[in-house]
Amino acid sequence: MSLPFYVPPEQLVKDRAEFARKGIARGRAIVAIEYDQGILVLAENPSDTLHKISEIYDRVAFAGVGKFNEFESLRVAGTRHADLRGYLYSRSDVNAKSLANAFSQTLGNIFTHEVKPYEVEILVAELGLNGDPNHLYRVTYDGTLSDERYVCAIGGQAEALDESLRGSSFSPQPLAATVRRAAGAFTQVLDRDVDGWEAAVLDATERRRTFRRLSEPDVTAALS
Amino acid sequence: MIDRPTSSFTDLLGSLGLEPTWNFPEAGRAVDVPVATTVLALRFTDGVVMVGDRQATEGHLVAHRHIRKVFEADRFSAVAISGTAGIAIDLVRLFQTELEHYEKLEDTRLSLEGKATYLGRMVRQQLSLVFQGLVVVPLFAGYDEGEGVGRLYTFDVVGGRYEEREYGATGSGSRDAKAYLRSAFAADLDEGAALELGVRALVSAAEVDTATGGPDLARGILPNVVTVTERGFEEIDEERVHELAAAALDAIR
Repeated sequence: MSLPFYVPPEQLVKDRAEFARKGIARGRAIVAIEYDQGILVLAENPSDTLHKISEIYDRVAFAGVGKFNEFESLRVAGTRHADLRGYLYSRSDVNAKSLANAFSQTLGNIFTHEVKPYEVEILVAELGLNGDPNHLYRVTYDGTLSDERYVCAIGGQAEALDESLRGSSFSPQPLAATVRRAAGAFTQVLDRDVDGWEAAVLDATERRRTFRRLSEPDVTAALS
Repeated sequence: MIDRPTSSFTDLLGSLGLEPTWNFPEAGRAVDVPVATTVLALRFTDGVVMVGDRQATEGHLVAHRHIRKVFEADRFSAVAISGTAGIAIDLVRLFQTELEHYEKLEDTRLSLEGKATYLGRMVRQQLSLVFQGLVVVPLFAGYDEGEGVGRLYTFDVVGGRYEEREYGATGSGSRDAKAYLRSAFAADLDEGAALELGVRALVSAAEVDTATGGPDLARGILPNVVTVTERGFEEIDEERVHELAAAALDAIR
């Protein structure tokens, strides 16, 4: 009779975490940053059609870095979760916290139970209603959930980006200035030309569905 | 949470056993439930206008004076209902969620014709209710982003879908509304003229059909009036509707 090799749980978790981190570090970063009329989400993305930033619900946006098929399946699950809630209860009963929690549970389970952990990091942004504070949640590959104010970055070099944008004090500025600021942080941290932008906002001036994509010309106009 | 999904919200509800269903005993008798009456829509040069009265009746009684029968289906389309109010309103909610769900998952909107076809299918699924006396007939209109024109569709109880070139109406006062529209419709109406005509046709129907609630200026009961154009779905504000309704009441009387 042969016994399976014993692997201490510390080692198992360490190996898995290292594997996931390597995958994510290759992924290009995404930041969410508050501006005076909403939340801007900006990503480096050479593709016009394979989006990293998406609408989940009226006031909730989603962004994912890492393996496309993995965060895409989470996005679809999130949209189903939100639409189901909104239909069964009320549109106002859909919030980012419950979504971020669901992502955290799913990623946590996959991290410990599946053969391979997901190589993704997820950002969930929610626009506060009637001047309530906004919420930015970050969920990492092992299901760790954290709550950020003003700025939230995910993906490779997320920490450097976060630091560069947050500075010593943060005050929300108009959209164009915020795009410039976020894009400036990208070029500074990456130290190279950025290979195409993907940008979207949760716009507090909108009536119901607040998510709106900014086109490439919109972004270039703000940058010049 | 992460099995292979389809883009249909109704399929999702079905997979969870949450699909709306109505079961009746074999010997069930028709029940008196609120019925929503007249809604109409017409095309004009830049899009479509949709108008609905605010009354629901229960037999000979007025059940509600303020219900809404004209809804935003998505950014570029509107849906209006007539018939059993409870079922119709639920149908609209499901339809709205379905369109939005598809749009988010596929990152593109269904074509206007695709939306109309889907709505027709939803009506057909209610067919067994028709024999219980619970009829739902919607009216669907929108702006075709591909062609750059407004289009409108009428339906029958079995889910038949018919595209109308000029105008359409459904509900108890629809015959009278259509009679008015037939006499006054022109192919080159601008938005202002189309709004005027739509409200007049509704007022005209309310004159003859007791179930249709005409505008009641004293109590501030005004029809719902919306347009769908290149700018998307827009609800006409109350002040303007008040003017239109007052003018229509003067003209019809």
